[in-house]
Amino acid sequence: MKEILSDASWSPYLVGIGIGIVSWLAFLFSNHPLGVSTAFAKTAGMIEKRFRGPQVAEKPYYRENKPAVDWEWMLVLGLLLGALTAAWLSGTIRWEWVPPMWAAKFGTNAALRLGVAVFGGICVGFGARWGCGCTSGHGISGTLQLVLSSWLAVICFFVGGVATAFLLYRAI
Amino acid sequence: MLKEIYSRKYLQFGLGLGFGFLFGFLLQKGRVCYYDVILGQLLLEDFTVLKVMLTATVTGMIGVYAMRSAGWVTLHKKAGSIGTSIPGPLIFGIGFATLGYCPGTAVGAVGHGALDALIGGVLGIMIGAGLYAALYPKLKQRVLNVGSFGDKTLIDILPVRNPWVVIVPVAILIVAFLVVLEMVGF
Repeated sequence: MKEILSDASWSPYLVGIGIGIVSWLAFLFSNHPLGVSTAFAKTAGMIEKRFRGPQVAEKPYYRENKPAVDWEWMLVLGLLLGALTAAWLSGTIRWEWVPPMWAAKFGTNAALRLGVAVFGGICVGFGARWGCGCTSGHGISGTLQLVLSSWLAVICFFVGGVATAFLLYRAI
Repeated sequence: MLKEIYSRKYLQFGLGLGFGFLFGFLLQKGRVCYYDVILGQLLLEDFTVLKVMLTATVTGMIGVYAMRSAGWVTLHKKAGSIGTSIPGPLIFGIGFATLGYCPGTAVGAVGHGALDALIGGVLGIMIGAGLYAALYPKLKQRVLNVGSFGDKTLIDILPVRNPWVVIVPVAILIVAFLVVLEMVGF
């Protein structure tokens, strides 16, 4: 048991089955599918409210998605703690500004990496909310319910992602 | 009994925290919270991400539809449209490759100390989501409802009564795809 918990690399099939079972539990005991990106929108709303006042909650988007801590927000907090615990058990926690693959191609300049990462993060947040979900909400919860909008969204995530990755790593 | 559980706010917060913990633990152990693994997938060299996602889909699908047949759970489907389900996800894809994480794996990557996931991921995604909230009224008016097709599932559009007539073949197809991936050496 101890060896399994300290192993840093589990079979992707085992991990996939585990995530599938977690989604059964979420449907059954919380009446909720797994999803992550809404929590980011709500946090953005909570921060904006702190700086610009309560009228922020009157924006049409935040009227439909109330900027407050909810089940999904707790899910994301738990996700952080779970990932931290897993990395701690396997002894893989390291502060790192630039991932190895990026460093091999574009060098170890942290400012360049962070600039591109922030641009990417903005696209991820903007695109996830535009498409009403991310690789969790559509990519796992939506596909497992066989929802057409989710399958279409996932295909577009990968079309955009694969094209951009090839441009970055193969065309430059 | 389940309705009673759903209505208890703090119990639900605790359950959300617990399910998130398991989800994050699994994502980290599956190594899908690593930039190199995600870019490896997008460059079609390492199929770890797809293996995790498709296995979770098959497992989840069978369990959730079985519980639905038993009347224990209801589905939570998202409606789509051409103006929603294509442009948004394509922009997401551009971000997926440049950030190198998706929202869940960015949070998970912070757990092993990835600072690009903290600043680009957690902060950047919040900025992007906030920008979207600002532009939402205009997009809603002009783009989001174009070509609306609702929250139909694959089962709804096929001329079948019994959902398992669709679920079983989909499960077989996904498993066959994964077997082929392994056979060709991914």
